[in-house]
Amino acid sequence: MKDFLEGSHAVAHAVKICKPGVISAYPITPQTHIVENLAEFVASGELKTEFINVESEHSAASVVLGSLAMGVRSYTASSSQGLLLMEEVLYNIAGLRLPLVITCANRAVSAPLSIWNDQQDSEALRDAGVIQLYVENIQEAVDLHLFAFRLAEDPRVLLPVMVCMDGFVLTHAYEAVDIPEESEVDSFLPPLELREKLDTENPLSMGIVSDARFYMETRYAIQETMKEAIVIMPELKKDFIQITGRNLNVFFESYKLEEAQKVIICRGSVSGTVKEVVDEMRDEGHKVGALKLISYRPFPTEELYRALKNIPLIGVLDRAISLGSSGPMYTEFKALFQGKEGTPKISGFIGGLGQRDITKKHVREMFEKLDGEEITCEFINLNVEYLMGARKYT
Amino acid sequence: MSISQDYTDYIAWDRLPHMWCPGCGNGIALKGLALALAKQGIPRHKVLMATGIGCSGRAGSYVSFHSFDGTHGRTIAFCTGINVAQPDLKIVAFLGDGDCGAIGGNHLLHAARRNNDLTVLEINNFTYGMTGGQFSPTTPAHSFSSTSKHGKVDYGMDMCYLVAEAGANYVASTTVYHTAQLNKFINEAISTRGFSFVEIASPCPTYYGRHNNLRSAPEMMEWFKERALPKEKYDELTIEEKQKYIMRGRLVQRDREDFLTMYMNELNNE
Ligand SMILES: Cc1ncc(C[n+]2csc(CCOP(=O)(O)OP(=O)(O)O)c2C)c(N)n1
Ligand code: SF4
Repeated sequence: MKDFLEGSHAVAHAVKICKPGVISAYPITPQTHIVENLAEFVASGELKTEFINVESEHSAASVVLGSLAMGVRSYTASSSQGLLLMEEVLYNIAGLRLPLVITCANRAVSAPLSIWNDQQDSEALRDAGVIQLYVENIQEAVDLHLFAFRLAEDPRVLLPVMVCMDGFVLTHAYEAVDIPEESEVDSFLPPLELREKLDTENPLSMGIVSDARFYMETRYAIQETMKEAIVIMPELKKDFIQITGRNLNVFFESYKLEEAQKVIICRGSVSGTVKEVVDEMRDEGHKVGALKLISYRPFPTEELYRALKNIPLIGVLDRAISLGSSGPMYTEFKALFQGKEGTPKISGFIGGLGQRDITKKHVREMFEKLDGEEITCEFINLNVEYLMGARKYT
Repeated sequence: MSISQDYTDYIAWDRLPHMWCPGCGNGIALKGLALALAKQGIPRHKVLMATGIGCSGRAGSYVSFHSFDGTHGRTIAFCTGINVAQPDLKIVAFLGDGDCGAIGGNHLLHAARRNNDLTVLEINNFTYGMTGGQFSPTTPAHSFSSTSKHGKVDYGMDMCYLVAEAGANYVASTTVYHTAQLNKFINEAISTRGFSFVEIASPCPTYYGRHNNLRSAPEMMEWFKERALPKEKYDELTIEEKQKYIMRGRLVQRDREDFLTMYMNELNNE
């Protein structure tokens, strides 16, 4: 049955049926509705969990680190400044191989202060050892949260998984969504069994100092697991489809790539707009397509290469920037084709920072620009009049 | 810049109307500060307001002197840096109970301990206003909020006693209903050298009030009128009873050497 739910509430429902034993959070817009809704479930008795409201995100991440170390399924959510404040602890959680599921309600990073959407915050955690999945719509948010718990807790993985959903555009929008039955989830997601955890019967030391003889191996192990996750994810996806009867993309979604000459690569909610433009332009006879990236970490290099290898012109739309370089996804796709035969022309665009509009017109313009010179890093929909003082180089 | 005598000189009238809800207490606290600055004739270029992130933090947009906004929780740490780099600037931190006591609690404790020359005005609306009324460390036990639908299960934090113990030179507490006392305390705080702290209970009818059956600003003001006890009386209450009351009065006024003075003396003695 479908329910008409706000994005945040849909996520809260998805988390509820996964039955975490501990939830800890600190409020930050646009994440607040998710945890408030979970607090309501706890208050009404619908969800039996320890819900701890703490004094900062740093504490929230630390609380779930502690509960996971005890082998209890745990969940938290944050955004922007809050996520950055968690960063130190999230690196730790990944290093300790604890299967946290965290939602990032994507938001721009200060200064200047902006509560609005882009994807700079999760980008800042790119290298932390956290698996990152980006969703386009609310149904995908629900499904990928269920998937995230299963993936994180798979004994072959044991890494934190962050589901990234665009703040406001998805967290505060309504959609008719299918929330699976609890019984379905129970058969998809077995209870968490950590082989190594804090246990009074079997004492062990966790998180000890590791000197130059051991440190590198722990990083190597995470890197190897990330590569294995590329094999494990399609396996778990099959289970998901079998149980829910719903398809689920876990690496990326190819949209009208057949015979496409030009493709825009995008991530998150903007993909809807890009796909609409693809439809329109296809109707007009243009051979265009889109690729929506879902799994950013691990980055499914081989699969992406196979999907894109025949496309001559590619545009990558980043909603974050690696300042001093270019769009982070753009560099990733450039590297993917490096040294390969028939490398496409790849252009990079930066858009939507602090929720600047990306309209169908802009998407069309990007497609048109792919015909010209290769572009490394072009800001779209930039208001030149607002460039101030010395920074206005004319 | 000429010396101002009129509190209105410290307000950026062209930035009004403000964004606060009708009945919010932030404006009364801000006026208290403007009155104190006018009374002491502090030139506008000699005063800086550092704000927290939150409803109260919007005050920085409404003053006609320097204001500074950084990240949530770090306000007092920023102030420490500003103070040591520019010691002749009068620094006032204007921030919420969340910024001050939750996410920024550690900075509060240590700035008080070091006795940095700052004035902290903590606007205590018993909730996180900006993010939609979640409970904060000062929310009394058993109160309702969007994250405590059945009542909060831990005790409210007594920031005044904490800061006093840590080493502040000036500590006082009152409400925006008791404006004469409020104005006096702010005035004393900014004229004290070293760490000064004033806790100002302030109505948030939109969230704290709505969740706790105090739906209008007048009701909240009545609540302050009844529930704010003079310090001597408040001190006699048990910790459980204290959850239902607010303290009104001055805890500390002393003249310990502030951080920078001590630092300079140490340097000169070497
Ligand atoms: C690191 C970080 N975490 C969370 C937030 C979200 N946030 C903004 S204001 C605020 C709390 C506001 O409460 P308070 O400080 O009491 O001020 P008030 O709005 O009540 O005046 C929070 C949690 C943030 N901006 N940065
Ligand atoms: S929400 Fe509360 S604190 Fe914020 S402006 Fe409104 S009344 Fe004031």
